[in-house]
Amino acid sequence: MTASDRGTASGMSESTASAMVGASGVATPAGVAPDRFFKYWLIVPAIFLLLLVGLFPLIYSLVVSFQSLTMLEMDYSFAGFTNYIALFKDARLWESLLHTVIITAIALPIELVVGLLMAQLFLERLPGRQIFVSLLVLPTIISPIVAGATWRLLFDNRYGPINQIVGWFAGEPMPLLWTISPYLVYPAILLCEIWQWTPFMFLILLAALSNVDKSLTEAAEIDGAGYWRTFFKIVLPSIWPVMAIAILIRGLDLARIFDIIYALTAGGPGTMTETASIYAYVQGFQQFETSYTAAMAFLIIALLTALVTWAIRRMGLAK
Amino acid sequence: MPLMRRPGTVLAMRYAAAIVLTIFFVFPVYWLFIISFKTPDEIFAFPPVWYPKSIQFANYRVLFKDGDAETVWNSLVLAGVSTVIAMALGTICAYSLVRFKTGGENLAVWIISQRMMPPIAIVFPIFLLYVFFGWVDSFHGLIILYTAFSLPYVIWMMRGYIEDLPLELEESALVDGCTRWEVLWKVVFPMVRSGLFATAVFTFVFAWNDFLFALVLTRTEVVTYTVQVTHYFGGQSNFWAKIAAMSVLGTIPVFFAVATLQRYLVRGISMGAVKG
Repeated sequence: MTASDRGTASGMSESTASAMVGASGVATPAGVAPDRFFKYWLIVPAIFLLLLVGLFPLIYSLVVSFQSLTMLEMDYSFAGFTNYIALFKDARLWESLLHTVIITAIALPIELVVGLLMAQLFLERLPGRQIFVSLLVLPTIISPIVAGATWRLLFDNRYGPINQIVGWFAGEPMPLLWTISPYLVYPAILLCEIWQWTPFMFLILLAALSNVDKSLTEAAEIDGAGYWRTFFKIVLPSIWPVMAIAILIRGLDLARIFDIIYALTAGGPGTMTETASIYAYVQGFQQFETSYTAAMAFLIIALLTALVTWAIRRMGLAK
Repeated sequence: MPLMRRPGTVLAMRYAAAIVLTIFFVFPVYWLFIISFKTPDEIFAFPPVWYPKSIQFANYRVLFKDGDAETVWNSLVLAGVSTVIAMALGTICAYSLVRFKTGGENLAVWIISQRMMPPIAIVFPIFLLYVFFGWVDSFHGLIILYTAFSLPYVIWMMRGYIEDLPLELEESALVDGCTRWEVLWKVVFPMVRSGLFATAVFTFVFAWNDFLFALVLTRTEVVTYTVQVTHYFGGQSNFWAKIAAMSVLGTIPVFFAVATLQRYLVRGISMGAVKG
């Protein structure tokens, strides 16, 4: 028995250590590196890369945000909180955050409720169910930019099918400017967003509902509990852990929404549909405000981190 | 028998609802596909042509002739290579987290929290870094970023699959004199084969579907199909056929990819919250 083997065994915790203890009696073949550090070798490359995208942007943004760099002017002098004060006064930033919140606050509940209703619809035996489910999943797996492009074609005021269908109901041609008119841009974005991601909710909730213990719901019905009572007292609590994660994943995606807005309206008309991600993109890559964008990036990371931490605690995901 | 009739009516209504929903969710995809097969006259017909008279591939031929279809190849290389690297690094990391409890619960939570990082906030500092290194518009630059961005997902998913494995086989392999690397390679990897495959497909699809990173970090050399689609957006609708054909080229591989893993679909998109 070599020292390195003992090192590995003591490095392991409780159950693993006792389960692996038989293995520690085996001699390490000559010429093989001692495996005391084996567990660390395994994580080093991954952690290094994660730090590159996790920690580096955070620190670098923080440093740059205290300077006043633009793409044209390399002014490395310390600028104090100038950028953060400017951010605070930037009405366009707050509006973009508001737009993000509006889109999230409307799209997320609709996706959740429609997804849940759809899951209920397909929960019981329905011949051909697998075919329906396979077709319904299509929107969710295509690229968001392709989804946006597709709806751009659908929304075309003259050659798009949507205005044609609206025209059938209206009884006259309806050349609605979906991606331009201030009254229609939000419905257009929301329609595309909801179209793409409701199937995501549907799929996850269908699986969650299928796993609900049938004997519990049946017992509740025998005890005389109505449909809604059974749903809220038994079904909802048992699907909640899964539902919470689905909400979290979608909520975070919505908070960083970029692709479909870029494809449909690019933030327009004016800045009416500009979200936080779109605005940061404009500042950084069209107006070349390096330090200002860095401050904004830092603010967005801080806001989202706070949101995630709050959500994880609130939903009881931390265990 | 009225009792028999009622379930029949209910079933018919459920079918009606299912069909309406399916039409709503499938029609846009259908529309995208048929535009790619339409002639310009059919695309710009008023009222719209609901189905093309004949299927023709001229719109695709243009993309291949002009070299625009190369962007699909770029996407394939970027997503493919980054997936392989992320799977390799992510799986061994997950193994370490599960078997040796490396870093404890905190490290695992930190890793998954990286998944929640907003891409726009990451890509800006990364862009500045890449400008400094001269990595903008290079394959390796984007591959590194895609790999790093995929890692939390891979680690999280593979952690779940490895947790499902029995310990006995690994133990007996160690007793038989295998090194730890051999155990990983000969015992663990084969046993999580299906999990590896499912996770790899999803990782590939996420990178394949990315737009923002490619938009910021490419210029001419490694433009992906998603960025290429937006190049046709101009003010006029002249490029409809190209938008549709390019989108379809980028969508077909994803359909195939996902069709191969129906069984793992829900586990994959719910990040392991539902074990199928």
